[in-house]
Amino acid sequence: MYPTNYRYTKDHEWIKVEGATGTIGITDYAQHELGDVVFVELPKPGTKLETGQSFGTVESVKAVSEIYAPASGEVLEINAALANAPEQINTDPHNAAWMLKIKLANPKEVDALMNAAAYEAYIAEKQKEATA
Amino acid sequence: MVGFGGWDMPVEYSGIIAEHLAVRTAVGLFDVSHMGEIEIRGPRALDLVQRVTCNNAAKLALGQAHYSGLMTEAGTFVDDLLVHKISDTHYLLCVNASNQDKDFAHIVTYNIFGKDAEVENAGPRYTQLAIQGPKGPGILQRFTSVALDPIRYYRFTFGKVDGVDCLIARTGYTGEDGFEIYFAPEHSEKMWNDLLEAGTPQGMVPCGLGARNTLRLEAGMCLYGHEIDDTTTVWEANLGWICKMEKGDFLGRDVLARQKEAGIRRVLVGFEMVDRLIARDGCPVFVDGAQVGHVTSGSPAPFLKKNIGMAYVPVGLNAVGTGIHVGIRNHQAAARIIETPFYKRLK
Repeated sequence: MYPTNYRYTKDHEWIKVEGATGTIGITDYAQHELGDVVFVELPKPGTKLETGQSFGTVESVKAVSEIYAPASGEVLEINAALANAPEQINTDPHNAAWMLKIKLANPKEVDALMNAAAYEAYIAEKQKEATA
Repeated sequence: MVGFGGWDMPVEYSGIIAEHLAVRTAVGLFDVSHMGEIEIRGPRALDLVQRVTCNNAAKLALGQAHYSGLMTEAGTFVDDLLVHKISDTHYLLCVNASNQDKDFAHIVTYNIFGKDAEVENAGPRYTQLAIQGPKGPGILQRFTSVALDPIRYYRFTFGKVDGVDCLIARTGYTGEDGFEIYFAPEHSEKMWNDLLEAGTPQGMVPCGLGARNTLRLEAGMCLYGHEIDDTTTVWEANLGWICKMEKGDFLGRDVLARQKEAGIRRVLVGFEMVDRLIARDGCPVFVDGAQVGHVTSGSPAPFLKKNIGMAYVPVGLNAVGTGIHVGIRNHQAAARIIETPFYKRLK
């Protein structure tokens, strides 16, 4: 379910590193918690992101959620398809609904993030807490 | 599940948008048992209802309901509610869950008729389900020998549904055709399961609070605590149509008469977003750069496929077509005042 070549944050963002480029999105757990996604607001190319800083919002019918940068870098490209089809975040959060690509300021930063197994354990714990 | 007015309730079952669209095109089933029921009985029951509400209950026929306001002495709202006339000496008020105890205390406080008007906080005695959508009446009909077709909008009757004694009312909070049924709680699970089993092949889905809110907003209906509260008068809330000054004295009537004379300063309007952003409850509203109010309810409208909201603006700036701006995060998002209701079903 969770791609093994991605890294994950506690706020449910994922990042895929290819050389010095990082592709970022939100996880299946996040989209499920949100419900129907109706709107995404992303920064313009050229924007500088700091790790842990909010860089945009993803909105469901009922709520607005901030998205936090898993790593620092400069925005290269945003996924234009999400403007007209934000619901892709619900149907394909790990692939087609990638949100942005950044030029990583420090690719090694990503090593500190959870791998797929750790993330799966993390959300399993969260789900247990929720139903407790 | 979330806490809502003291109740544990689902925000959604399968998704807010799917549930909303199901109600507009097929049928949705809502557990609205959180709603409160207050019964007033006795030879002076009508007098008490007339005293504390703004609509004219004397005009109700047996088996008729109307939308009304439970009033403060300031002409503002303690709650909004439905008043059902069961008999000349028996009225059933359906009130908001979060206001049930407050409403009951209020009515008791202003009951000058003593034992001639007995007030009961009857919430625990009722489960309430709403079946809303074009296919709703047809599905409900399969469970009752009471002819539903002749029951007009805002009329109700008593009869057995699925073998259970019910108050069957053609009312709702969605803007669609449909019914609300009230019955004793021990039958809740069977009724819910039987209706859902019969309705599912026709597209029935259970609907939660999320869709309940988007549906009522699209239909231009108020939500207490948002469009109306104890600081908003009947005129300001655009609810003059439920305020019958000619019926005689009622709580707040004198204040309302003076306000009508003097003119109101602000009024509730509906708006649609022009910029592609979503207005949310509480967002500031600007006209010509100055903040004039705030959004009382704001949300995507799943059937109309646009983003809408309601807000209080100064009288004089309330004309349909007026451009406004809504403060959304660091944006001044353009919006436009439009007619309400945003959605009206085709008869």
